[in-house]
Amino acid sequence: MKFEGRDVISIRDFSKEEILHILDVAEKMMPIAKGEKKSSLLNGYIMASLFFEPSTRTRLSFEAAMKRLGGGVIGFSQPGTTSMQKGESLADTIRTAESYCDVIVMRHPQEGSARMAAKFARVPVINGGDGAGHHPTQCLLDLFTIRMGKGKIEGNVVALLGDLKYGRTVHSLAYALALFGVDMIFISPKELQMPKEVVEECREMGVNIEIKNDIEDLSSVDVLYVTRIQKERFPDPEEYKKVAGSYRIDKETLKKAKEDMIIMHPLPRVDEISPEIDETKNAVYFKQTFNGVPVRMALLALVLGAIE
Amino acid sequence: MKELKVQPIKNGTVIDHITPGNALKVLKILGITEKYADSVISIAMNVVGKRGVKDIVKIENREIDPKEVNKIALIAPNATINIIRNYEVVEKYKVSIPDEIVGIVRCANPNCISNSREPIETKFIVKSRNPLRIKCYYCEREVEDISSQIV
Repeated sequence: MKFEGRDVISIRDFSKEEILHILDVAEKMMPIAKGEKKSSLLNGYIMASLFFEPSTRTRLSFEAAMKRLGGGVIGFSQPGTTSMQKGESLADTIRTAESYCDVIVMRHPQEGSARMAAKFARVPVINGGDGAGHHPTQCLLDLFTIRMGKGKIEGNVVALLGDLKYGRTVHSLAYALALFGVDMIFISPKELQMPKEVVEECREMGVNIEIKNDIEDLSSVDVLYVTRIQKERFPDPEEYKKVAGSYRIDKETLKKAKEDMIIMHPLPRVDEISPEIDETKNAVYFKQTFNGVPVRMALLALVLGAIE
Repeated sequence: MKELKVQPIKNGTVIDHITPGNALKVLKILGITEKYADSVISIAMNVVGKRGVKDIVKIENREIDPKEVNKIALIAPNATINIIRNYEVVEKYKVSIPDEIVGIVRCANPNCISNSREPIETKFIVKSRNPLRIKCYYCEREVEDISSQIV
């Protein structure tokens, strides 16, 4: 297992063993991520944070991760402030940025942009989301959260709920969960069902997949992963209201579920989870957000070769 | 003796065993009508051969190069190329689909980085040869109608 110098573009670039190793390292990072322990592991290293698209959690947690480990951060969060505005290609922007840093983290609105950046950069590139493509660090922190909340990943039944058709994170999460042999339930309105090829791939990997349109019965679910149903997917706002309303998670929903079921959400959320859930022990979505820090710390330390 | 529907040529290239109906596409992909304006080109379509129905293209006085041959493989995977010199077949090879297809097909995803003004050639990974399925190296989207995406 060698991580030094590696790019992190898609969760598919990693084996199950490698994923587990990243999660193990992330666990060791917890006290540093919380600020309870100080670290100078990445002292002298610079991370370039290139965000061509808005982001709250991904960018802030990457920057926090780097700084918690004693490293420095350069970058931008609006492409409007760069030479891309003058028509510079992404390739040239990457070649410029890499000469100032040891690792690049980027988010870009076009699919495949991270893969291309990795081709031009000699330093490792970590994909913070490429359009409707991949978001591997989100997937890793989701797995980390499941393992923390349930003690292990395998053996749980995970329900993915919401926009399963367009949701960038759910496709790679479904693949990763299948890699761990996790049975899944895909719950969504008919218009937003999980693409067939994702379902088929999971089944080929040997896991049970159930497809549902409602949240009436959650009795077998250990992990409920909720995603946002986006308004713009519906031509009729009334239709959106109806659909979104029928997937809202509240205290009534919890009555139909296992007592220790955990509820996750990649955030931002709008109305899919009622605020009354926030204080329950089932809600782990704010922990999940925090978990972005130790997971990204682990990745930075690994690809920079500061730990093995 | 069986009558030959297509006359032999003295020098040039014979592309045989083209998937029936695809001869004209082969010509289009190779850009032959413009590039080889000085060559005599004969086409036979739906010819019954030993291995079933096929199309045949004969290009006189031109030997086509391997990179062009790979382009044909995408729409006529069973085609054979015969290089003819002085009525003799001096070279014969089957077109073969490479593991990676570079610079020949355009990605169908308009939001793919390979469709932007970036200094890269398009690149596709061959997922399966029969039926032919290819996936963009960059955005990982599969191309559904390959022949319409050939550059």
